[in-house]
Amino acid sequence: MDFLDVILVLDSTVRLSIPLILAALAGLFSERSGVFDIGLEGKMLAGAFAAGAVGAVTASAWLGLGAAILASIALALVHGFASITQRGNQIVSGVAINFLAAGLTAFLGFAWFHRGGQTPQLPASGRFQGLVLPGAETVRDVPILGPIYSELISEHNLIVYLGFLAVPLTWWIVYRTRFGLRLRAVGENPAAVDTAGISVTWLRYQAVVICGLLCGVAGAYLSIAQSAGFVRDMTAGKGFIALAALIFAKWRPWPVLGACLLFGLLDAIAIRLQGVALPGIGEVPVQFMQALPYVLTVVLLAGFIGKAIPPRAGGVPYVKER
Amino acid sequence: MQGEDLKGEHTEAADRPPAIDLTGIDKSFGAVHANRAIDLRVAKGTIHGIVGENGAGKSTLMSILYGYYQADSGEIRVDGRVVDIQSPDDAIAAGIGMVFQHFMLVEPFTVLENVMLGVEGGMRLAQGAAQARRELQRLERDYALEVDPDAVVGDLPVGLQQRVEILKALYRGAETLILDEPTGVLTPAEADHLFRILRQLRDQGKTVILITHKLREIMAVTDTVSVMRRGEMTATVKTAGTSPEQLAELMVGRRVLLRLDKAPARTGDPMLELNGVSLTDERGVTMLDDVSFTLQAGEIVGIAGVAGNGQSELLEVISGIRRASAGTMRIDGRPVDILHSADAARQRRIRLAHVPEDRHRMGLVTAFEANENTILGYHDDPAFANGLLLDRAGIRGHAVERMEQYDVRPPDSRLKTENFSGGNQQKIVLAREMERAPKVLLVGQPTRGVDIGAIEFIHRQLIAMRDAGAAILVVSVELDEIRSLSDRILVMCDGRIIGERGPEASEQELGLLMTGIAE
Repeated sequence: MDFLDVILVLDSTVRLSIPLILAALAGLFSERSGVFDIGLEGKMLAGAFAAGAVGAVTASAWLGLGAAILASIALALVHGFASITQRGNQIVSGVAINFLAAGLTAFLGFAWFHRGGQTPQLPASGRFQGLVLPGAETVRDVPILGPIYSELISEHNLIVYLGFLAVPLTWWIVYRTRFGLRLRAVGENPAAVDTAGISVTWLRYQAVVICGLLCGVAGAYLSIAQSAGFVRDMTAGKGFIALAALIFAKWRPWPVLGACLLFGLLDAIAIRLQGVALPGIGEVPVQFMQALPYVLTVVLLAGFIGKAIPPRAGGVPYVKER
Repeated sequence: MQGEDLKGEHTEAADRPPAIDLTGIDKSFGAVHANRAIDLRVAKGTIHGIVGENGAGKSTLMSILYGYYQADSGEIRVDGRVVDIQSPDDAIAAGIGMVFQHFMLVEPFTVLENVMLGVEGGMRLAQGAAQARRELQRLERDYALEVDPDAVVGDLPVGLQQRVEILKALYRGAETLILDEPTGVLTPAEADHLFRILRQLRDQGKTVILITHKLREIMAVTDTVSVMRRGEMTATVKTAGTSPEQLAELMVGRRVLLRLDKAPARTGDPMLELNGVSLTDERGVTMLDDVSFTLQAGEIVGIAGVAGNGQSELLEVISGIRRASAGTMRIDGRPVDILHSADAARQRRIRLAHVPEDRHRMGLVTAFEANENTILGYHDDPAFANGLLLDRAGIRGHAVERMEQYDVRPPDSRLKTENFSGGNQQKIVLAREMERAPKVLLVGQPTRGVDIGAIEFIHRQLIAMRDAGAAILVVSVELDEIRSLSDRILVMCDGRIIGERGPEASEQELGLLMTGIAE
């Protein structure tokens, strides 16, 4: 593996990490407010489908992104209504949303486009194209730094850059603003927030809507930025990996970035090693390599991160005593 | 309120409008009528006590004043002006602050963050933080309520956490401060300190409303006291003109014996012997440190201590819920292995009974019917079985007998346990654990959350057990209870038994021992 290979694996790490980062940050907002969200997967999938469908019909990436956000927020509001207003079980609601999204996207895909659940191939204007950063072409031949800048940093689509920007922004919101203080408080002790004269319900709805927004962007990335159309079940468990990364990161924004990059790296290596004969082992079956990130997730979560203490009021609907 | 603007220095207190004036407050929770047409006037610049048994409606009334609940009907006036309090926000705006029984603090936050929550002073935290810090430090100075603004609240002892709650209310500009059962979590010394703070607040013109069921506190600190019973306000009297006996009678509606009469203990053989028992938990923290004592038949030994000093762990080790790390134990002269196995069923077979400290977590399955709870842990008893099946009719019959004997109200064995009051739930646990005439009886917090009438009953039952020859170990955070029940008192601090005293030991003496100051 030479230097360029390393750059290419890292480049692919960046691409693979983005949906994880966006979804994990989405989960961070929701879970910090005390609403557990196992439905990140479903919301992403709905967002991916909405983006693919609207992008195909209107040939506009921006309308596709808007549709993804709306679809995802709609599902987020369903989750909010079930778990905040109706005080239902948040896990059950999240699972239901995952099933709903999986079934509905496939069904609507069949009904609207007659392509076995896929949306039509998007035209160039329906996708977010890679952006060539200024100077990328000029420095391409500079050793070491050239490829790093032009391959690794440049030529990603807008959502990639937004995804990385979302991390410091989330950190700033959560730790430096009034909203963030209240968000963290309501996830730990909603009664303290209530008696301080702040509406627990409104605060949690805000968090859930932000979660929907970010999941929608993550979904749009999958169907209209990374690929050129929606494919059935294209989230393929990314919502759950994002959830694992969130726990791994103990619900903090910067570690979320680290965890998502790690999972993205594992995924990138798995792809890179497909069909490659390893010294002493020989060719490793594709399925084994594909399973690797998940196996490592289990191992990491089981033993290597110490105790991950969730927000104390997480998963518990807020009811005044009595 | 034009008259108020004149601010006559020598206006008689009676002429000023009361700080708080409630009229006709009514509130129901489903079928429970918690407050019935309550009238209450609280004069400005006084400490006003509200006493009543658990469930009398004190906390509900004050939660209505603070906007946490909304009254079904009635009117609230603050400083003579009618206010509409729909939420805590409205109450704070009207100058009312409340310190709840269970603190409303965010434990991972610092003191400053807790104080700022809800009144941050800007979209960005940095905008208000410096100002908030200055204001907090001014309040700390003015009211002698020192606490480090940057300390994490979860790391502070409860006494200081309570101080943070008071500071929170003052920071929001509270003129009237409501405290709901503030001393339940405090040592006697901390409680005395709190009372000094309250007096000082009063002397600086604040109005304090103190909710409690402890008559001693009412007598010690209040100027006026109102008594509630079953959702009604039964009397308001000057504290100086009343007595604990009179208040108790007003609370319960009948005469109550506050003092427990009992004959001296006639002790017999050692029933429970602990030698060098230690416990280190999974985090490596020493919870019990070389605990040794002997409990004899026919005596009650009380364990006094501030909550969290190893009392709970001691009960868990003796009752077989948890393994010890070192030490030996004998019950009725026979050794019991406490190092290699924790087996509560074995302890029960050798007639050690346990009334756990927390009846909801350990003593009862509250979603079960009362009759099912009366056999919990004894369900293998052939008396309750029909071959493989439970003998439901037999269990119910047995439960009805027990419930009558222990005066459980209502005596309905099919009622879900969660629908009984705290005192009656406790009686169900006691009935189950006491009926098999145990040799050793462990009782954790015998009367926590139990009202005065039931306390009297439970104490009498324990004395009767003792006189029948049982060896009884009582753990309680209520010093009054420890002193009136026990024949001997062991004081625990930091997992060790640091002293033994007789029941005549004064509260001050025990209080000092509990904090580990005196030896």
